[in-house]
Amino acid sequence: MEKERKKPMDFLLGAVAGLLNGLFGAGGGVAVVPLLEKTGIEPKKAHATSISIILPISLLSSMFYLLGGQVPLGDAVMYLPLGLVGAAVGSLLLKKLSNQLLRRIFGAVMILSAIRIWMR
Amino acid sequence: MQGIIIAIVSFLSGITASLGLGGGFVLLIYLTAVANVDQMQAQGINLIFFLPIAALSLIFHAKNKLLDTRPLVPAIVGGLIGVCIGYGLGRLLGGEWIAKLFALFLFAVGLKELLHRKKSVPESPQKGG
Repeated sequence: MEKERKKPMDFLLGAVAGLLNGLFGAGGGVAVVPLLEKTGIEPKKAHATSISIILPISLLSSMFYLLGGQVPLGDAVMYLPLGLVGAAVGSLLLKKLSNQLLRRIFGAVMILSAIRIWMR
Repeated sequence: MQGIIIAIVSFLSGITASLGLGGGFVLLIYLTAVANVDQMQAQGINLIFFLPIAALSLIFHAKNKLLDTRPLVPAIVGGLIGVCIGYGLGRLLGGEWIAKLFALFLFAVGLKELLHRKKSVPESPQKGG
């Protein structure tokens, strides 16, 4: 039986993601995924769904950064072509990976991210 | 040589972003540690990079029926409010101690994910569509 959706929880996880995204320019997803899983969504769907939440959030963050003069728009362009190829490959991988393996990979990435941020 | 590194970083960032792992992990490290880009600029580049990557990923994920639309509206509303607060806080505080707290949070959740044990009860079959 599916858990009944709790809108305050969804609002909260979005707010946390937005807060992190605004502060760090990244990191919203790593908060959203575990919180989505807590609401009963399976890992693969949590990872995919997190992108649909982070995208509009990142759009707003990007506008703040651009208006603040913190990044010329063209600086990101050189990373896009192969980034898009990677996105296609990643989408295929997400379909194929088991939930358990995905959790392990995600866990390792978060730990490495934590170490990097701590040592910044 | 730099071209090859940028190619590899871009490709890996696209993969990790599409997997919902956060493409920023790879790109931010490259920009700040290797390319010596200022932190705030690196964050901005990462954000802009993410936009088309995420859009393309979502097209594929929707096609593969991996998206759950139920949390979207409240989560996005909360997220937009959170961004305004987070960006303002970052400009105000500099984020040093917040970064440490975030690092602790990431480490704790990462450990939990890494050590997660598969339940012995079989999961219910996925619904089609």
